[in-house]
Amino acid sequence: MSAIVLLLLGLGGMAAGYLFYSRFIANRIFKLDAEFRTPAHEFEDGVDFVPTNRYVLWGHHFTSVAGAAPIVGPAIAVIWGWLPAFAWVVLGTIFFAGVHDSGALWASVRNRAKSVGALTGKVVGHRARTIFMIVIFLVLLMVNAVFGVVIAKLLINNPGAVVPVWGAIAVALVIGQLIYRRIIGLGIVSVVGVVALYSLIYIGPQVPVALPEQVMGLSASASWILLLFAYAAIASLLPVWMLLQPRDYINGLQLFVGLILLYGAVLIGNPTVVAPMINVDVPPGTPSLLPLLFVTIACGAISGFHGLVASGTSSKQLDRETDARFVGYFGAVGEGSLALAAIIAATAGFASLADWQAVYTAFGKGSLTAFVDGGAAILAGGLGMEVGVAATLLTVMAALFAGTTMDTGLRLQRYIFQEWGEIYQQKWLTRPLPATLLAVVSCLLLAFGAGGADGSGGLLIWPLFGTTNQLLAGLTLLVITIMLVRRGRPAIYTLAPLAFLLVMTLMALLLQLKSFYDKQDWFLLGLDVVVLIAALLVTLECAAALKRAFAEPVEQSS
Amino acid sequence: MTGRIRGALKRLNELGTQYYNVPYRAAIARAKRDEEDLFMLLVFSEMMGIPNPAAWTTLELQPLLMDRFHEWHTRMGMERSPLDHFRCC
Repeated sequence: MSAIVLLLLGLGGMAAGYLFYSRFIANRIFKLDAEFRTPAHEFEDGVDFVPTNRYVLWGHHFTSVAGAAPIVGPAIAVIWGWLPAFAWVVLGTIFFAGVHDSGALWASVRNRAKSVGALTGKVVGHRARTIFMIVIFLVLLMVNAVFGVVIAKLLINNPGAVVPVWGAIAVALVIGQLIYRRIIGLGIVSVVGVVALYSLIYIGPQVPVALPEQVMGLSASASWILLLFAYAAIASLLPVWMLLQPRDYINGLQLFVGLILLYGAVLIGNPTVVAPMINVDVPPGTPSLLPLLFVTIACGAISGFHGLVASGTSSKQLDRETDARFVGYFGAVGEGSLALAAIIAATAGFASLADWQAVYTAFGKGSLTAFVDGGAAILAGGLGMEVGVAATLLTVMAALFAGTTMDTGLRLQRYIFQEWGEIYQQKWLTRPLPATLLAVVSCLLLAFGAGGADGSGGLLIWPLFGTTNQLLAGLTLLVITIMLVRRGRPAIYTLAPLAFLLVMTLMALLLQLKSFYDKQDWFLLGLDVVVLIAALLVTLECAAALKRAFAEPVEQSS
Repeated sequence: MTGRIRGALKRLNELGTQYYNVPYRAAIARAKRDEEDLFMLLVFSEMMGIPNPAAWTTLELQPLLMDRFHEWHTRMGMERSPLDHFRCC
């Protein structure tokens, strides 16, 4: 099987989804109206509400939602063969993620740009809002813990990437100062920044850095995890213009450069997909494809995180309501194309089936390492890059994405703690530093609790993260569905994905519950129970809210 | 032809600058506004009964800040000027 065929089929399918299905959804279901006065115009204040060019907004939306998650999920899920992961990413993007993301934008724009959390409170009910907060907290907790572990693994696997990964932070700090103090313009800064970053990537393999195996009784992996969380805590406390803003900008450029290079290398080198179409010979202990596939790949097929971005910031900047189709749906297509690149790298970047099987020896193996190694082989074959440099390039890309998610996640978690401090009148908790420390400690507990002293098993919670992320998506779909029902429009296009997600997440949770029990892993069992309770509450809330909505008379106005 | 290329580059730079600024526009604007609020409070503190050792210097600034005074007092939750002898709206 040629990787070009996979690439063209995937991109073609998603393009058709954007051209036809999204048009149908936008015109017939959401009935987007170019004349509708969007909150960006109604409440324009130069701070939160600013009408923004749709291409700029798309770029922002896409780079905010695309990170390491759409790479990790597919790179784990190809263990069942390339077809299931490929089909779920392509069909998920077309029928789930695109509708969910553009729907979240529409729902928010029609409700004075409220966030999904606030919308859940308004449209569904107060109880649902509380569940929503808990689910968000769980998602953030898990994503931070997992990504800490993932980056540590990457840095140990590829010591040549240590210098460029940390050097990129120095480059970002310099760029931040240059732009903030208006020393030179953005165009020159971008060129200088990109050249500096790629020079670091080039020299990285020549100056490999590896931590000693034991530092004060801690393994190298544990030391990296602690260092990464220290970095994330500091980054999340600094003023945003200093590090986060320039670093996000570099990441955005990296994302486009990385995607173009990978797709270009596939088109030139035409590697062969060595992984089986459907893996009938999965390693022992691999859970069943149904339902685990649908929670292993969350970002890239459908992810609740997107709803947060869409309703939190993008909806306040939407110039015209009809832009929701381009920004939301095409943003999801962008993310799907990243997941597709990850699938191709993890299935076509190996010389033979035996090499591939040597990497995918157990569930959770492979992941980013397979993406980096496979992708490097493809880049080397297609573009003639040196394998070490190519691997460093992809490691830096993945580590920067994951790092961004970590410090953004910590920042958001800190806000939640601060909010709780206000609600329960704990003054000390409302201050940034204690709240951040508490967030870091909770993530570290999870990272080490799930994986033991070296934190190596953190990837075990990946499917649980996917499950929680899907619950978040479910709540957003519920809000959209109820709005559609109240307007007397067909609700099947959001109701069917919602039902599918709920069934799959509940099944996955029960299945994992059994496997954690069999392994006598009480920590993960406890975590599973918490997520399961949240999932049951979400399901009950959906049933009750939909019953109420169907009983209500249809609103006359749109 | 050169004009066209220059125009396109200019447009690209504009879009790029927007792309750079969009994600954190709100956070930075809010931080700047907080700074501004503190500054206004310093300048007008004497009028509100808060002793200010630099009152002689800040007094000179008051006429220059008239335009921003309205925005400030509305943001502070006061519909009209809080000061009897300092009318605004």
